[in-house]
Amino acid sequence: MTEKITAKDINEQDKALLSDLQDALANCMKCGNCMEVCPVYKEVGKEAAVARGKLSLMEGVLKGSIPLSAAFDAAMSKCVSCKACTAKCPCGVPADELILRGRQAAVKARGLHPIKKKVFALLKNRHLFDFSLRMAGIFGPLSFKKIPGKMAALARFPMPGMDYKRVTAPFASTPLRSQYPEVIKVDRPTMRVGFFTGCTINYIYTDVGQSVINVLKENNIEVTMPSMQHCCGTPVYMSGDVDSAKILAKHNIETFDSYNFDYIVSACGSCTEAFRIEFPHLFHDDPKMSAMTEKLAKKTYEISEFLIDVVKIDKTKLGPVNATVTMHDPCHMARGIKVTKQPREVLKSIPGLHFVEMKAPDRCCGSGGSFSLGNYELSRKINDKKIADIASTNADTVVTSCGTCRMHLTDGLFQNNMNQDALHVIQVLDRSYKAGHQK
Amino acid sequence: MEKHHINALKEIVGEENVLTSAEDLYCYSYDATPGHAHMPDAVVSPANTAETSKILKLANENHIPVYTRGSGTNLSAGCVPTKGGIVLLMTRLNKILEVDLENLVAVAEPGVIVADLNKEIASLGLIYPPDPGTVATATLGGTVAENAGGLRGLKYGVSKHYVMGLEVVLANGDIMNTGGKNVKDVSGYDMTKLFTGSEGTLCVITKIISKLVPAPEAKKAMMAIFKDLDNAGKAVSAIIAAKIIPATLEIMDNATIRTVEDYAKVGLPLDAEAVLLIEVDGNPIVVEKEAEKVMEALKANHADLVQIAKDDAERDKLWAARRAALPALAKLRPTTYVEDATVPRNKVPDFLREVSSIAKKHNVTIGTFGHAGDGNMHPTIVCDIRIPEEMERVYQAMDEMFKAAIALGGTLSGEHGIGLGKLPWMEQQHGLVTMNAMRSIKRALDPNLILNPGKLVGEC
Ligand SMILES: Cc1cc2nc3c(=O)[nH]c(=O)nc-3n(C[C@H](O)[C@H](O)[C@H](O)COP(=O)(O)OP(=O)(O)OC[C@H]3O[C@@H](n4cnc5c(N)ncnc54)[C@H](O)[C@@H]3O)c2cc1C
Ligand code: SF4
Ligand code: SF4
Ligand code: SF4
Repeated sequence: MTEKITAKDINEQDKALLSDLQDALANCMKCGNCMEVCPVYKEVGKEAAVARGKLSLMEGVLKGSIPLSAAFDAAMSKCVSCKACTAKCPCGVPADELILRGRQAAVKARGLHPIKKKVFALLKNRHLFDFSLRMAGIFGPLSFKKIPGKMAALARFPMPGMDYKRVTAPFASTPLRSQYPEVIKVDRPTMRVGFFTGCTINYIYTDVGQSVINVLKENNIEVTMPSMQHCCGTPVYMSGDVDSAKILAKHNIETFDSYNFDYIVSACGSCTEAFRIEFPHLFHDDPKMSAMTEKLAKKTYEISEFLIDVVKIDKTKLGPVNATVTMHDPCHMARGIKVTKQPREVLKSIPGLHFVEMKAPDRCCGSGGSFSLGNYELSRKINDKKIADIASTNADTVVTSCGTCRMHLTDGLFQNNMNQDALHVIQVLDRSYKAGHQK
Repeated sequence: MEKHHINALKEIVGEENVLTSAEDLYCYSYDATPGHAHMPDAVVSPANTAETSKILKLANENHIPVYTRGSGTNLSAGCVPTKGGIVLLMTRLNKILEVDLENLVAVAEPGVIVADLNKEIASLGLIYPPDPGTVATATLGGTVAENAGGLRGLKYGVSKHYVMGLEVVLANGDIMNTGGKNVKDVSGYDMTKLFTGSEGTLCVITKIISKLVPAPEAKKAMMAIFKDLDNAGKAVSAIIAAKIIPATLEIMDNATIRTVEDYAKVGLPLDAEAVLLIEVDGNPIVVEKEAEKVMEALKANHADLVQIAKDDAERDKLWAARRAALPALAKLRPTTYVEDATVPRNKVPDFLREVSSIAKKHNVTIGTFGHAGDGNMHPTIVCDIRIPEEMERVYQAMDEMFKAAIALGGTLSGEHGIGLGKLPWMEQQHGLVTMNAMRSIKRALDPNLILNPGKLVGEC
């Protein structure tokens, strides 16, 4: 990461990547409104950390005023992709996406960071990926020390890119998709849905996957988990490696298209966003893929959204869950697919459940996908604010709709010596159905 | 700047608070003003007054320019380091030191975000009224230095009406205190007022003693649509003549109305020449009465449609149009100039007409909205700074616009300040005698001309 590459070099490497960027960047009027909402800027306090600064750095590179340096990379990486700046911007500048483009430019010009390169190579090879994550599940107990009573573990040995003290969830000894047949039948199904599990649910939070299946079964829905599905590619895409992201996306699109499902559900805002927004975006200039992608995009729902808007669940079957619950809205739910009402409606339908809103529920928890891997201390600071907000609600449970948020919240609760449960919304609903049967 | 200066700065504030990488410097080469950018040699952020003082002493002795910066949201190139040197970043001084309920006074450091001060005092039933459009990001120091105002300026005034005292560091590093908590204070020259609005050219503000006022108990918003601009002007005069001072009295011209409607679909008629948005606040009983009188004045002056908000939700709806004004205009083209020419309030219709004919003449897009009640207009020019031919026309239009404001007895700035942006017209407004007096003050307080050199009073 030493030699400096200038705008001219990247221009030569990939003119197309940068050509329309210039206009988008020029639309930033440098008003600084994004400073109010950027969680990274709030902690770092430097202009290079806020969207305005990052966009002007890109402008500077394009103009040839500053080099495409390691410091440029570092600035681009200081972004949790929470989209708060974009939502706030009076000029409609899609800053979060432009920052990804900045990363892409850096990747094109400088190549991926060697560690990420290895991980992503692994991601692209589905069999190898599956194998190594299963191994991690089986041998996990060797490298992780379990924390009693929690779906969490503390890394025992320092792992590459992983902070020593950090609490993560252990890999499941049996991935979700290996726990079930590919098609989970019900008597007289009302519809057939494909469940995109995503990596987090398949390999780590199998408990969430089980709840999704239970809840769908309760509603007479046949669930299929296509065995050939693969990671949605979001982490790869976010790091600026578009080519790899496209390979993963194409694989998933073709896999899900071949089943002809009534609907596709996922239990993660980012996964839903991938199917709904990112995939069409990736293939917008490929007519054949584009048609297929658009068709799938229209069928894809996040689980709470699906249950409320499409299935319209029968609330009389729900039994009491005595808990005080607060909710964190993942960035990609709140500002990506804009689903915030439905998970609340799910919770509010549950008898006995006391729902308390926290301050700024849609403020980023600091996880930001793989952001927290490279910037753990910073992501902790952002998270500490969230944990303080959770604490002030006096809730005994915090729910969310994203695996990485749940993991980050769990870690935050642990680091702050708090013993609230961090769950997925759907797990609470699952409990309520179970309680309903005991009535 | 030389290496040993950088080292000396690092010794004062610590290594991590001096930025020198090309990338970091590039990020402090601009503020919210289009068309001005220049790289500093270092960005230095002090933690307190003592460090600030040491930095200035060093800069003064070595004739290094210093550009004080809060959040960099100003619209007059006020913190662009045009001659290199030090960007002095004040955001680490961000503590509210005291809220004195017996004197209704707050003491705060300059890096406090204005909205954060208001959040802090809201539960006490108090407000700090200056509320620029950037209230959620701008710093107290930046607003005081810029003499910022905002939407409620008509009734509540601008920053200078609230600053009771300051702690400042002078160019040579001396620390000076002005004013205090006394409500009445006529002891000596009013240095507090002199420094308020000095735009970083006379001192660095390190502490602010500000007046707080009781939050209004009730608010009522109304909107009126006028097919005829003159009627809107007459309605404004009639409201004031009825001895009502609304908190807010905003106007939007036809160009803005069309843009807003196109973008936000709030239901404004495209042929309207003006929309007035009025909000009265205060004691609930008085508010009701005043709202009635305002409605009468609007009807008597042939408003084509009037609406009054019955509750908060309706109030929000009325405000939506005004809130959309800048975003709607800004989205039209890449470059946005939010200008700040101000005229006596009875001249608002004349000025609006001038601006729209200037826009036509030079074929530039200008939407004007602003504070009709205090004559503070924001003609907003949207263009593309990358097209030189277009910019020629824009600069022509700007020139004529400011001259028109001055000719109507107006001023170059109602709240955004002069900086570099309005400098070319300063002498025209004030005359040579005044400019010389201002430059003498500058030279007396900053003999080496290190503080924001070339701004506000120009080279001297
Ligand atoms: C979209 C938009 C809307 C706006 N709306 C309004 C509005 O309604 N009303 C209004 O008045 N303004 C408005 N502004 C202008 C701007 O927000 C204000 O001028 C604000 O006060 C600047 O605060 P800041 O902290 O960003 O200061 P900066 O921009 O960082 O600095 C402003 C000036 O103050 C000096 N300065 C900063 N801190 C200090 C200090 N501690 N000591 C001495 N000098 C200092 C700087 O050198 C500079 O000259 C708007 C700007 C934008 C982009
Ligand atoms: S990205 Fe948007 S909000 Fe941020 S400075 Fe640019 S225009 Fe303003
Ligand atoms: S996406 Fe979030 S973290 Fe990234 S620049 Fe925008 S506000 Fe900051
Ligand atoms: S968004 Fe996260 S959990 Fe979902 S598939 Fe992608 S990587 Fe896996």
